[in-house]
Amino acid sequence: MKYEFKVIADLIEKDKRVLDVGCSDGTLMKFLKDNKNINIRGLEISKDQVQKCIAKGLTVIEGNAEKDLKQFPDKAFDYVILSQTLQAFLNPELVINELLRVGKKAILTIPNFGYWKVRLHLLTKGTMPITKTLPDEWYNTPNLHMCTIKDFVNFTNSRNFKLFKSLALNDQNVSLISNTNLGIKNLFADLGIFLIEK
Amino acid sequence: MNTDKNIKTLIVKKPLHLDCGKTINNYPIAYETYGSLNEKKDNAILVFHALTGDQFVTGTNPITKKDGWWSYAVGPDKAIDTNKYFVICSNVIGGCMGSYGPSHKDTDTQKVFGINFPVITINDMVNAQENLLDHFGIDKLFSVAGGSMGGMQVLQFVSNFPEKTKTAIPIACTSSHSAQNIALNELGRQAIAADSNWNEGNYTSKETNPNKGLAVARMAAHITYLSKKGLQEKFGRKLQEREDLKFSFDADFQIESYLRYQGSVFVDRFDANSYLYITRAMDYFDLARKFKGNLSDAFKKTKTKFFIISFTSDWLYPTQENKDIVIALNAIGADVGFVEIESDKGHDSFLLNVPDFLISIKNFLEKSYLDN
Repeated sequence: MKYEFKVIADLIEKDKRVLDVGCSDGTLMKFLKDNKNINIRGLEISKDQVQKCIAKGLTVIEGNAEKDLKQFPDKAFDYVILSQTLQAFLNPELVINELLRVGKKAILTIPNFGYWKVRLHLLTKGTMPITKTLPDEWYNTPNLHMCTIKDFVNFTNSRNFKLFKSLALNDQNVSLISNTNLGIKNLFADLGIFLIEK
Repeated sequence: MNTDKNIKTLIVKKPLHLDCGKTINNYPIAYETYGSLNEKKDNAILVFHALTGDQFVTGTNPITKKDGWWSYAVGPDKAIDTNKYFVICSNVIGGCMGSYGPSHKDTDTQKVFGINFPVITINDMVNAQENLLDHFGIDKLFSVAGGSMGGMQVLQFVSNFPEKTKTAIPIACTSSHSAQNIALNELGRQAIAADSNWNEGNYTSKETNPNKGLAVARMAAHITYLSKKGLQEKFGRKLQEREDLKFSFDADFQIESYLRYQGSVFVDRFDANSYLYITRAMDYFDLARKFKGNLSDAFKKTKTKFFIISFTSDWLYPTQENKDIVIALNAIGADVGFVEIESDKGHDSFLLNVPDFLISIKNFLEKSYLDN
């Protein structure tokens, strides 16, 4: 399991109701179900991935986060998870609002475009950066709205979302992001993990 | 009435109050079972059949000598594995494979009912079949499953008996018959009524059945079970055993010949009046009606785990109508999974060898059974 998932799982208490948006093959869902007795649901757009979830005995709805989150009532979940997908939506702000409507809290992870390797790639090579978390070429990437950790923190501030926890992840090193170290973390983390509430 | 020795029948003594206001009692339900009920009696699956199905789900149908209607899905090691589960299926009331229906005699008049049989609903069908649980001493089913009208019965069953099944698999269905659905059924009914042999439903006394009308009804319905793409790929404009057009009204095209064949074999196994009654029951189906239009309220008490399945090329009960059920269930926080299966075989996909569909049912049941 990705280290990112372990960090996400640590943010969630036992016995909660959780929705994993873009749950992929259900790896994180299965972990939460088996280890934390989480009442877990998934929303996934790919038919193949949905089948993998069903084979794991997970409750998954095939659907599109931009259209199908509206079927869930307000505050239907304690936590809603969105892992490394926000940048791929046509309208990320709308999706965040929906996440925070159906969930009491949301956990979002963001591939950090401010990561030094990304900056260096663009600076030295002059071509669109390709890294471990951003593996695609400019012409076939699903990503439409790349942002940096700093961008995301600024965004949550401007919308008055409560940032409960901001974590920087680099390989398996997790550290807290604060106002004082934001610039440094924005340079050295390749992933940001945020626990937010409206 | 079919009284073949191969048909097992339960006579239900408990009176059943039908939606139309009438009450029936001491009526037969014809059923079949596959696999065996375990000691804990927690492995039973009640399968509901569609419009023209019957209780013979799999293996060879002893009456028609053809494969059971869900042979791809039900049987040893199949998606609904009869090595593990005890499968029960019964002929719906109103049907013509042994259950109480229009070809039975009215005990008061000693005449065949015909269209004097009470108009029945999906709710009535399900309430009648629930008696099978008592018969087998089953408190709670492991699952209820069915496609098309079978799916409607699944929804109705969970709504009526929320405590009586652990899981539910409604497939390619709807919670309410659309205007298009009703229109297509009405076309079939009018085809039957237009056959002079139908004689207001009194054909049994004349020993002449309205086969032409029933065949046309079947032909029209059969088109709705397939997709345009599926038809085009299978038949296209291919000609039937001829080099060129005949400039006549024979079946020049293979699709014409195919439909005529489907119509002709159907009349051998199905009763025209049953066709009227069952299509009427489907048209009357609107699960939210009793709940002032709020479908969620139909499932308010449910703890049942749902798995809803639709097919991309099904235009009779399209994905959106299946998704509406998912949405209603999510609105009350029910446990509901949903998948749309890619298939160009139209509504009939649920009856055919569609591997993604079959494997998803198999996995859903196996994992849900482990949670017992």
